[in-house]
Amino acid sequence: MADKFFVATSPHIKKNISVTKVMWLVILALLPAYIHTVLLFGMNTVWVSLAAVAGALFSEALMQFLFKKKITVHDGSAFLTGLLLAFNVPPTIPLWKVALGSAFAIIVAKQLFGGLGYNIFNPALAGRAFLMASYPVAMTSGWTAPAGGVLSLNPAVSQAAADPAVAKFLDSVTSATPLNALKTARAALDDPALHEQARHVIGELFSKDSVFNAFLGKIGGCLGETTALFLLIGGLFLLITKLADWRVPAGYLGTVALLTWAFGGIDGLFTGDPLFHLFTGGLMLGAFFMATDMVTSPITAKGRWIFAVGCGVLTFTIRMWGGYPEGVSYSILLMNIFVPLIDRYTVPVSFGEVRS
Amino acid sequence: MLTFKGGIHPPEGKALSEHKPLKRLSLPDKVIIPLSQHIGAPAKAVVQVGDAVLTGQKIAESTGAISANIHSSVTGKVMGIAHFPHPVSGQGEAIVIQREGEDRFFEYPKYTIDSCDKETFLKVIADMGIVGMGGATFPTHVKLAPPSWKKVDMIILNGAECEPYLTCDDRLMQEESRKIALGLLLMVKNTGAECGVIGIEHNKPEAYEKMSEACAPYQELRVSLVRTKYPQGAEKQLIDSLTRRKVPAGGLPLDVGIIVQNVGTAFAVYEAVYEGKPLIERAVTVSGEGMKDTANLIARIGDTYERLINEAGGMSDEASCLISGGPMMGFAQYTSQQLPVLKGTSGILVFTENQIPKGRENPCISCGACVTACPMKLLPTQLVTLVKNKRYEEAGEMNINSCIECGSCAYVCPSKIPLVQYVRLGKGALRKISARQRAKKEEAK
Repeated sequence: MADKFFVATSPHIKKNISVTKVMWLVILALLPAYIHTVLLFGMNTVWVSLAAVAGALFSEALMQFLFKKKITVHDGSAFLTGLLLAFNVPPTIPLWKVALGSAFAIIVAKQLFGGLGYNIFNPALAGRAFLMASYPVAMTSGWTAPAGGVLSLNPAVSQAAADPAVAKFLDSVTSATPLNALKTARAALDDPALHEQARHVIGELFSKDSVFNAFLGKIGGCLGETTALFLLIGGLFLLITKLADWRVPAGYLGTVALLTWAFGGIDGLFTGDPLFHLFTGGLMLGAFFMATDMVTSPITAKGRWIFAVGCGVLTFTIRMWGGYPEGVSYSILLMNIFVPLIDRYTVPVSFGEVRS
Repeated sequence: MLTFKGGIHPPEGKALSEHKPLKRLSLPDKVIIPLSQHIGAPAKAVVQVGDAVLTGQKIAESTGAISANIHSSVTGKVMGIAHFPHPVSGQGEAIVIQREGEDRFFEYPKYTIDSCDKETFLKVIADMGIVGMGGATFPTHVKLAPPSWKKVDMIILNGAECEPYLTCDDRLMQEESRKIALGLLLMVKNTGAECGVIGIEHNKPEAYEKMSEACAPYQELRVSLVRTKYPQGAEKQLIDSLTRRKVPAGGLPLDVGIIVQNVGTAFAVYEAVYEGKPLIERAVTVSGEGMKDTANLIARIGDTYERLINEAGGMSDEASCLISGGPMMGFAQYTSQQLPVLKGTSGILVFTENQIPKGRENPCISCGACVTACPMKLLPTQLVTLVKNKRYEEAGEMNINSCIECGSCAYVCPSKIPLVQYVRLGKGALRKISARQRAKKEEAK
């Protein structure tokens, strides 16, 4: 009998799960939305995402090499960061800019903090914030609304685009994102000359067709802003496989829905359109794929509720009163700061513990 | 269904052996009987090399308040007292007895539930060397004689058998249900408890049926199904599942009026009282994917792992890991040769190379899986971070001592962090710190 046994401490069996597997499963969950974006924006998506992922992988390998650490680019975490950043930029962004964003995400937000598991901020969102600050024009223009109507404060433009005779020559039109349009229209409400048209635009935005278009991704926006339905499919996959805690998207989306319904309307309380806000902008992507990032969100159930509701309140605040039309990325980044604090104050009462 | 919060669902592995009836092993030619087979002080040998002993004769004596007697499991001659491999402590002193012929039993008085009063009962349990047979091996006579100011109203019999692969309790409940019920009744009656409850996981319906039948005649006894979930059989979790009472941190089940015993212990109690039989054998599951065949065996204490493995069918060529006990809380062994079966040996498991968890420890990604899995509602990953940074006192404030070391956190961890090992390290360091502080206080006085 070969009496040479492997000896280790208990437990002697472990679940078949690893960091690498977790990362690639999250990437898999992004696949439906990715395919949809490719169909919407064509090869632009492919090039942008390739540049983002390549930038992330290269930066990760470079930093680990310089820090004399084990090179772990195959673990999927840098790949995921790159892909998420690609979802956060417009399809027309110059490729070197998105690659630079990836490099910032990995080098500054991740590796300089100690690498995987030690970063405070969601790297992809830090990368987006860097690009927003450095290249605001590239990051906020060049939206293409793939096949939707065009809404403008100038009625002539709207009507011209809506004319079937014109529309058949357009397969995509550069236009504002719905949230952009909303922000502009809300600002125009105070101007007596534009008031009526602004009301009309908001009414159109909140209309069933517009919300349904947003749900199906027929709107302008970043790669990952335009595919609510397919992000939802991936998000549900994350919840079912328990790779993401349901509390985070539930708390985040619930808070935004409640607040926009209550205070987002123009005719008093509870006249807002929660669905419009849920399906536009980066909310679906943020709630399911960014706020749920394990490293940068709390570990306790109660902490996750607080974190999610905090993200929701901030997103609503920025959308309503902030300088930007959209606030998902900054909301999550701001809440990232509070994670250690939240964890500290939400330590659960342990079994049989009596707290004085 | 009755259950507790937290916990995990590892693959059960019980199908390998759950349909194998208990089989009594042939007598071993030689037994190795360690002096330390229970929690507390090791027993002291009362025989000398060359002495002839009968089956059931006392060969080592309890030393102190928490200790237990040990008996010869064969008839033969004491060959020596020396150090041998020990499944729990690595090495330990043991009495070696060479068998000579068939069993000749040392005679002890026999009682029934009516002829056995409380005093006699506790004396019999102590004399017969009964200890907890679920694995913790706490001396049963100590557990059943709580201080007079602690009121006991319920005895819980642990038939959860939540460890994967183990099936010996399941078989024992199916095959010896009447004796287990009487063993429980003896404990209920002699501790002044009002009732006895048997908790069985719902993956053992046959055991539940048999035990329910056996308990039906006694209105003090009942059987409850609990959800199949690890660690359902952990004392505090089982009490919570069955009664919703929460054993206070640092406290004992006695603090909520409960004593928990394993079903195997109830069986041993019955045999000790009704048959005058000391604890000289027990049911052991021999299983695992590294075995050619599996078995549930009744083996003499001191028989070797090597023989049990061979009698069960032998190891396959892929065998590369030997576990004493269950895969979640058992002990990995470096050899099966001259390794003795103890009073607390519930299982002998052999696993193959590709079942062994591999992979280096990665950084924690704060996924919180350990937090969700922890049945004690601790924050395992934070405890580990504190221990790694030698901040032991802070780990103490985060209730590191409440950890029951069930291994649920380490099981689910995607970063393969050996959380239980770090927690043990922290507990040890904390013990040293508090000992030092106590010493300082004494000095100051």
